[in-house]
Amino acid sequence: MKITREQVEHVALLARLRLTDEEKDVFAKQLSQILDHVEHLNRYDTTGVEPTATVIGQVNVFREDEVRPSLTVEQALANAPDREGDGFHVPKIIEER
Amino acid sequence: MALHKLTLFELQRKFAAGEVSAAEIVRAYGLRIGQVEPKVRAFVNQTRDQAMAQAVELDRRLKQWRKTEPLMGMPIAIKDNICTEGVPTTCSSRMLQHFVPPYDATVVAKLRKQEYLLIGKTNLDEFAMGSSTEHSAFGPSRNPWNLGCVPGGSSGGSAAAVAADECVAALGSDTGGSIRQPAAFCGVVGLKPTYGRVSRYGLVAFASSLDQIGPITKDVRDAALLLGVIAGHDPMDSTSADVPVPDYTKALVKKHLRKLRVGVPREFFTEGLDPEVEQAVTAAISELKILGAEIKDIELPRTDAAVAVYYVLATAEASSNLARFDGVKFGLRAKEAKDLLDLYMKTRQEGFGPEVKRRIMLGTYVLSAGYYDAYYGKAQAVRTLVCQDFETAFKEVDVIVTPATPTPAFKLGEKSEDPLQMYLSDIFTISVNLAGLPAIALPCGFSKTGLPIGMQVIGRAFEEETILRVAHAYEQTTQWRLNKPPIR
Repeated sequence: MKITREQVEHVALLARLRLTDEEKDVFAKQLSQILDHVEHLNRYDTTGVEPTATVIGQVNVFREDEVRPSLTVEQALANAPDREGDGFHVPKIIEER
Repeated sequence: MALHKLTLFELQRKFAAGEVSAAEIVRAYGLRIGQVEPKVRAFVNQTRDQAMAQAVELDRRLKQWRKTEPLMGMPIAIKDNICTEGVPTTCSSRMLQHFVPPYDATVVAKLRKQEYLLIGKTNLDEFAMGSSTEHSAFGPSRNPWNLGCVPGGSSGGSAAAVAADECVAALGSDTGGSIRQPAAFCGVVGLKPTYGRVSRYGLVAFASSLDQIGPITKDVRDAALLLGVIAGHDPMDSTSADVPVPDYTKALVKKHLRKLRVGVPREFFTEGLDPEVEQAVTAAISELKILGAEIKDIELPRTDAAVAVYYVLATAEASSNLARFDGVKFGLRAKEAKDLLDLYMKTRQEGFGPEVKRRIMLGTYVLSAGYYDAYYGKAQAVRTLVCQDFETAFKEVDVIVTPATPTPAFKLGEKSEDPLQMYLSDIFTISVNLAGLPAIALPCGFSKTGLPIGMQVIGRAFEEETILRVAHAYEQTTQWRLNKPPIR
């Protein structure tokens, strides 16, 4: 599987990763190599085989919806890179007209 | 005997008997760390001062009333992707360099309840992605047996710290071999529990369907002891299993292996296996036979698919789990972003190292429109086949014995430029994670150049007792665990 530079740029945007030109070239080459190895999977016939998402046969776990102790506002904000009052400060999302 | 050379069991007995104080223990380990840590670099962050303060307080209290727990006063190191309240938890990443968790992981809370002493947080490949610690943003750790070699990874810091006697035991995490491979490289014992056996709450998620926390220790008994403390159901982790926790140390009473069937999968003894590793593991299997076990050849025909399945599923899960590192609520935030998208992209560019980026890219690719079925769906189906191989094998045998790694520890820099070669070094450990089974790695010899060789014992789900029993019986007949690395 040959991964092109354009594909790398597309995936990087999906992944919200800015890459340098050098990284784009390196990843195009390395991802191609790794995906070539992954192609081996096609040697296995999986017709009718159920995919495995969990190995110990778990089902959904439910609990009562009740109020329980949780982090305080101060604890939750202690690692904030930028805070304003009791919130996380982020760049403007909505453009001004 | 110097305190730092004792096992957890031995040290705990001395402490419980009042022969040694907690402060003396911390002082002894402090000296040892002072001697060897500049060479080994096992720790990201040492917490000796806090440990000493706690030790002094513990000793003062015990003067009045002596009641001890198995881990009380024991200096334990914790991999730096496991949250410790008030102590930075960096994942060896610039992204979390200044992150101080406001809560303890469940495993840490359990250790804290027994009044263990946190001696430091250990180095890892960034976000546990790697097999050598060379992907740590803070520089690699070294193998105490040969400082030019890697300690393995991703729990390389934990394994190196235990091997170099910088702590009495450690916790690691294992997604594709990250406990067992470094344990094998460093000549110590590493146990990956059954998926769901130990709570993952507070473990920074890499691949949620594969990750497990487990002990890295100086011998098998210590692994049993530590596993018993951290195992069990946790309402905070809905994937933790509600299965009773036995006293694992009781599994160690039998010294023979009569009526036990040991499977040896031929797929693990093929090209690529280092002859010295093959020889050591074959000799170990003969030893198991002498102990009374019945040895059977088995097949795990889909073994060669495991690496490919793993690198699709693990990276897919990682790309999703690591989406949370966006520069908003915690962790690094890039400066001078012009809008929100720019903030995300710059933060992640600056915060993640090359291996993490590579895996996020691969994971995003295999999940992206048009490729999902061909890669992710296919890998999930082949995962089922890998699981079926083990199910079939475990109808015939009680445990499976393999080499833990294809080679002894490799040199620093040897594989760091070739990601695929690095991935393939996990070939013997990965399938166990895919099937969610428990497995233990323990020393079974040394190479001519003096590097440890490890074997792996794999068991049925929730049968940690059986693999501990086999590992312990073997350990007792051999003297490997008494060998110490030449570092001083």
